[in-house]
Amino acid sequence: MNPKAVNAGPEAGAGGVVERRLHPVTPLRRAWAPLAVGAGWAVHDPDGAYRRVADLAVETLLLGGAGLVVAAALYGFLTWWFTHFAVTETELRIRTGLLFRRTAHIRLDRLQAVDVNQPLLARFLGVAKLKMDVIGTDSKDELAYLSERDAAALRAELLARAAGFAPETAQEVGEAPVANLVHVPPRQLAVSLLLTGRTWALVVAALAVPPVLWLTTHSVGLVLGIGLPLLGAAGTSSVGRFVKEYDWRVGESPDGLRLDHGLLDKEHETVPPGRVQTVRIVEPLLWRRRGWVRVELDVAGSSNSVLVPVAPRELAVAVIGRVLPGVTVPGAGAVAGAGTEAGALSRPPARAKWCVPVWWRGHGLAVTDTVFGTRHGLLRRTLTLVPHAKVQSVRLTQGPWQRRHGVADVHVETGANTSVAARLRDTTEARLLLQAQADRSRTGRRTARPDRWMAP
Amino acid sequence: MLTLRRLLLVLWTVPLAVAAGVLLGVFAGPAWAAFAALPVGLLLWGWPLLGRNWRSWRYAERADDLLIQRGVLWREETVVPYGRMQLVEVQSGPLQRKFGLASLQLHTAAAATDATVPGLDPREAERLRDRLTELGEARSAGL
Repeated sequence: MNPKAVNAGPEAGAGGVVERRLHPVTPLRRAWAPLAVGAGWAVHDPDGAYRRVADLAVETLLLGGAGLVVAAALYGFLTWWFTHFAVTETELRIRTGLLFRRTAHIRLDRLQAVDVNQPLLARFLGVAKLKMDVIGTDSKDELAYLSERDAAALRAELLARAAGFAPETAQEVGEAPVANLVHVPPRQLAVSLLLTGRTWALVVAALAVPPVLWLTTHSVGLVLGIGLPLLGAAGTSSVGRFVKEYDWRVGESPDGLRLDHGLLDKEHETVPPGRVQTVRIVEPLLWRRRGWVRVELDVAGSSNSVLVPVAPRELAVAVIGRVLPGVTVPGAGAVAGAGTEAGALSRPPARAKWCVPVWWRGHGLAVTDTVFGTRHGLLRRTLTLVPHAKVQSVRLTQGPWQRRHGVADVHVETGANTSVAARLRDTTEARLLLQAQADRSRTGRRTARPDRWMAP
Repeated sequence: MLTLRRLLLVLWTVPLAVAAGVLLGVFAGPAWAAFAALPVGLLLWGWPLLGRNWRSWRYAERADDLLIQRGVLWREETVVPYGRMQLVEVQSGPLQRKFGLASLQLHTAAAATDATVPGLDPREAERLRDRLTELGEARSAGL
């Protein structure tokens, strides 16, 4: 480890709260910015950049470069110097800003998830970035960078305090033990990506479109302008996804769910219990024969939405049982790949085919005492589960054409800004559902766990 | 509310009709001026439509949630449990104030929740706001 990786000494701040600084390599990261801007400019306009550079004398160039680097280093140093953070009993406080001061107080019991991210470069330096997801904030609430050990300790402390351990013990509780639930082998991940239609569509498009364009227009700019973004998209959807989802592990600890993944950039996420708003089980057509599914989840304020990139159905259902305690996945009993019938899910009435011609068969609905589950899609089937306790409001909509055929849509909205729809239900059924769902969402909340899940 | 919306309709369509009639009549010949009938037709069609839409708005304070119903052709019914309300907003623009109106909007943690009650009497809006906040506090449930 870097010998300099000693945290800047704790410094007593206002109110007896210990304020800490970030890791000393942080300024280096900020020094990147001007270099990146210069490089970006040179790449964007190579001819112009070359002419400008040639016009300047060597001395001016060197001087300018040195000045830029010094200024960047100074800026980086100052921003580092003026960034403090402190953990109090109920809050995490971040003070930052040289000219424009910014103080963020993050309430720990409202913490939605804590991520420890390590970009490739940071891994060499032994530092990590700590990111807090809170509803309604932007990505600014991150601590970059901390040394690996500090990041892990701070995460443990934040989670312990968020869980409601007494303040004296919070620092000693330490990292909660992790029980591994799922590990996605690289081979399975690669095969699953190869079996995804989108990957192929993008690769084919990236390979086919530029030659066609070249033959029809003979314009280099157009071919490059369209071909490069296509190639980029194909790359991110195949290689990029593989790299990101490589070595995917899902673990369970008293702190919540642990998601560790990444080939180059390592990411470790922790989602405290009771934060998951919706869970989606996605089943692309080509995966069905193997019985694989992808599980996605929505946490309010979090950007990541993948829970398990690929796993056999039984395993996925088991994981969902852990994420949403006491939840049985509707239709889980159905044999994978047995056709369009999926267990307990009820289909819309047959007259719904006048509203949505072919796809009406893909829609389905199941309501258990814990979740509201809907399915849509024929080829790529998606089953969405919303726990009743997370429902924010219920809506019934009906257009003129739908009313003529006696069907209506029921929408359920959750705090993660997702709206889940049970489409094409019989009108009377939809009306009953609306009432019942409102009742269930109210009673469901009473039995839910408190925000401070370990509070004495 | 109905008067306001009808007034707005008249304000938009009448000048449009006049402009279309005069401009086309002068520059393109009297036959083209018939296009002025379009906005007039719109006015005649929109007048009863607004009335129907206005009559369709309904809200009910129930024991544990607020129910809002609206729409004639595209019907929508929204149920918001009191415990889920994050904030209640009463709005009243200059034109609305002139007509003695205010609208009330509920926000939950889900941005998709669109629960608005337009065209209330300001006193009723305030009463509703206070009552909803009170009920919301009593049943607060968070996320």
